[in-house]
Order: sequence, then structure tokens, then C-alpha cells
Amino acid sequence: MSGRGTRTIKVDTLARVEGEGELYIKMAGDRVSDVKLRIYEPPRMFEAFLRGRHFSEAPDITARICGICPIAYQMSAVHAIERALGIKIDPAVRLLRRLFYCGEWIESHALHVYMLHAPDFLGYQDVIEMARDHRDVVEKALRLKKIGNRIVQLMGGREIHPISAAVGGFYKVPSRIQLRDLVVDLQWALNASLDTVRWTSTLQFPDFEQDYEFVALRHPAEYALCEGRLVSNHGLDIDPAEYEDRFAELHVKHSNALHSIVRGRGSYLVGPLARFNLNFDKLPDTARQAATDAKLRPPVTNLFRSIQVRAVELVFACVEALRIIADYEPPSSPRVDVSNRTGVGQAITEAPRGILYHRYAVDEKGIIVTAKIVPPTSQNQRRIEDDLREYAAQLAAWPLEEATWKCEQAVRCYDPCISCATHFLKVVIHRE
Amino acid sequence: MPQDSSTKKTPAVLIIACGNPNRADDTAGMLAAARLCELGIAVRICGGGAPDLMEAWSAADNVIVIDCVVTGAAPGTVQIWDASRPLPLQRSSSTHGIGLAEAVELARAIGCLPARLRIYGIEGKNFEVGGAVSAEVKEGVSKAVGKIAAEAGKGN
Repeated sequence: MSGRGTRTIKVDTLARVEGEGELYIKMAGDRVSDVKLRIYEPPRMFEAFLRGRHFSEAPDITARICGICPIAYQMSAVHAIERALGIKIDPAVRLLRRLFYCGEWIESHALHVYMLHAPDFLGYQDVIEMARDHRDVVEKALRLKKIGNRIVQLMGGREIHPISAAVGGFYKVPSRIQLRDLVVDLQWALNASLDTVRWTSTLQFPDFEQDYEFVALRHPAEYALCEGRLVSNHGLDIDPAEYEDRFAELHVKHSNALHSIVRGRGSYLVGPLARFNLNFDKLPDTARQAATDAKLRPPVTNLFRSIQVRAVELVFACVEALRIIADYEPPSSPRVDVSNRTGVGQAITEAPRGILYHRYAVDEKGIIVTAKIVPPTSQNQRRIEDDLREYAAQLAAWPLEEATWKCEQAVRCYDPCISCATHFLKVVIHRE
Repeated sequence: MPQDSSTKKTPAVLIIACGNPNRADDTAGMLAAARLCELGIAVRICGGGAPDLMEAWSAADNVIVIDCVVTGAAPGTVQIWDASRPLPLQRSSSTHGIGLAEAVELARAIGCLPARLRIYGIEGKNFEVGGAVSAEVKEGVSKAVGKIAAEAGKGN
């Protein structure tokens, strides 16, 4: 053990995150002198793609930003454009959008909990190693993901790059029979999700508590997905249109992606922990009870317990999907009429990884003049660095290899999705 | 870009194409799929993530997967791996998160690998977002298509 010496922790490959980047930590004894999370995110490429295109193309273009969460991008896009154009959607369409999002949450959370994150808690290098000893766990994850896929495919027209979401609604909506065909699978998924909450409560969590500013959408009547005000545990309470007034994006030398901060404050955290802590009272009874039974109640400030919170959100997504299907009455029209007009609109929706902000300005012909997209993982970047600054210091006495692995695990708590890029996250800890 | 043709009559060999069309050479699988479709050969498009791949090949006994790979070979090189043997696996060097190599090994670990699975890997060199496919990879796509088409019994 290096004790008071200095060292560099460097991980060439951070596995099991969606994307590409590098983490570098420089330490002297137990003092962390530098943390750099280098994200090789496409530099605003998609915002450029959108300029000059008609707003009706935005759902299709933005769906390609992320292969794991295309619905999140589509929902933020359509809501922002609808705001710009002054469009109100049919209440039935509103519920279908929630159902659509539930499908994505189920897919994404099941994948992360079991195949990306669980190996860390069970002492395996990866899901392949874990599968050899826990085949049933992997099969459960695959079946959960498949059920999420079914919702996405039914609502979106296909699994990859869904095509049905439109400004004003959908190009096509399912029938009652088609939706009810999902019920048996969703009931299984609900039970599997409840099992997941129970199972994650048996895991051992590192002692790592931080004072976070949690930021999430909050809706007066439901666990927010597509609508609500933006709130935090430090007093923020704004309309999404005020997002750019209260949040800033900073260029940092070491990263291609911008760092987000709350103006006048600093880093913040978005995603499941934020939603759970700010909206626990809006969870359906089944999900709230499952969390309570697992001794999980807000405030949850241990980053590693995010796996538990994702499990609770799996329960929510299944309950919500079943509720929507049970009450479903097809809309009189899958989408409202939409006309070109000048406007600017902003929207925030809750991607599986956290709030996703879109803003569009369109001209009188409906052409997108400007577009701004702020993904959740880029919003969490500075917070990830802050966490690692603290966590790496706790690991000063650990052997370098183990400390490095621990830092990778901490990053994985965020379920970072770095624009569905090539390759992997490299983590470097330099101990001087 | 080819449409998902999985609704066509199930072929004797299931061909699955993976890739990210936004990442230059990572489009290789999709380009190959388009060329095969032009030849009347059905191809299923898959995002490339392990769960999706495992679902895609779950009902098939004879599978070919086409994807762009990075192994250090010369760009455009077409390599064919038989999944009956363990694949040379690098941790998460994939555009798809838990990618193709992991999908094969995961399927092997839980006993759901197809009876016959081959991977046609076209070596890529450029993965810039929005970038163009390199000339070497285009040539590699042609070679891969030729080999697969010959196996499927149609000319290139």
C-alpha cells in the first residue's frame, strides 16, 4: 500500500458504461489534487444537424442521438416544439407518451441494474462472469428488457429509432387489444421488479454520503416524466423555460462535453436519486411501499444506493404502464393538426438517467433556426468529478488496482450514457 | 438504409447486421445489409447491444452477424469468427455498450448460443460522429457481402 506516497490511478477501460471517455485522478497521499472526466461527446453535432430542418423531422433526428434512450430525446423534442407552436395534445395521447416512456425506463433500468451495475456488488468483473454463477438473474434481466422493448416497439413502430412519435401526437396509436396484449408480461415484470427491490436491498453499499443538490421535474399529480416544474432540494422551483437562466454550461479544457452548473452554486445531480428524493410522495403506493419495506426512504444521499432506487423506479414504470393500459381509450385522432409559425419553446423530460433539456426556435415556415440539447449525463459530469474527488481520497490507502476499480464503480452509479459513442471510459488515477 | 426485414420468411441462415450509422465506419454492417437486401437476401437490423442480439438470434439455429470491428488489422479487412470457440474479447470496446463479443459470451454462459453462429467483422478505422465511411471499409463491405451472398446462394 502506498500510504502517504503519491500515485496516479489510471483505468484504460471503464467498462459497462454506454459511451466513451476517460477519467484521470491525481493524488498525493490522501489528497486529491486533480480530477478530470474527459468525455469525448460529439460536440453539438446533432444541434447542427437540426438547424435548417423542418420541426417535424426533430423526433426522427433526435432519436438517433442515443440508442438506449431514443424516446427521451423524442419526448423532449416534441414537447419543446409543441410549446413553441402553442399546441395542446389530446389527454389520451399524453397518457400514451407516458406509456412509451415507461417502456424505455423498464428497458434501461433493467439493463443497468442487472447487467451493468450488479456485477460490481457481487464481485464480478462483468455480467458474463456473473452469468456463469447467476444465470437466473441474467435471464430475468433479459426478459424485463424484452418487455420494455415490446412497449417501445408497439408505441414507436420499431425497437430501433422509433418512428411513430410526432409533433402533436403519434403517427399511429395502438388499439386497446394491442395494449392489453402486454398485460400478462407487465404483470410478470411488476413481480420481477418487486423482487429486484428486495434483492438490491441485500447488497452491501460503500459508506459514501454526499451533500447533493438534487434536480428533477416535479408534477402536482404524478411521478413526473414529461411535464412539471424543475425543482431542487436547495430551493429551485422554475418553469422549464427558465432553465438557461438558472443553469450554465461551461467549456472545460479537458472534455469535449460541456459542464453544467447551477448558476451561483455549482454541480448538481440528476437522475433516479434526484427523482426519488424530490418526488417520493408521487410514487404509486406499490412502489412507495416496496421502497419502505426495503428501508429506502428519502433523503437517499449514498450514490451507490442508486441501484436500489432504479429498482423502485422499475416498479413504478410497471405499475404506471398497467394503469395506463387499464384505463386506455384511444384518442379521436392520433395527433392534432400542426401549422407552421414562428416560436421558441423549451421542454424538460425525465430520461432514465435524468432531466433532458431541449430548446427550439422555429421560423414562420417551421424551419428550426436554433436548437439546444442538454443531456443528463453531461449535466452530471461535474458532480461525477466532485464525487470522485471525495471518493478517491477515501481510497488513498487501497492498493492502486483496487482503488481504480472502485472509482470505476462509482462512475457506473450514474449509469452514464455518453452519447452512445464508440469504445469505453478510460480511468487514470495518478498517485504521485 | 434497409428497413428491418425480419417480417420476411425466415431464411435458412438468419443474417443480422449491427452498427451505428452516425459513426462513420461503424455503418459497415448497415451498408452490408443494404447491399444484401438489394440482392434479395433478408437481413435483420439490430442495435448491437447484447440483449437485443440475443433476442434477435433466439429462434435461429444458423446465424451470421455482420458488424464493424476494431482488432488492429488493416482497415477493411474482413475477418470471420466461428462462435463455437471463445471469441477474443476486449472489455466493452463497442459502440453498443455491452456489445457483440459480450453477447456471444453471455449467450454461451446461459446456454442460448445458436447452434451455428459466425461473425463477419469488417475492420474500421474512423469512428468520428457524422464522419464518412472510409474507402477501405467500403471495399471490406463488398468482400463481406460477396462471401455472405455466396453462402446464401445468390450472386453479388
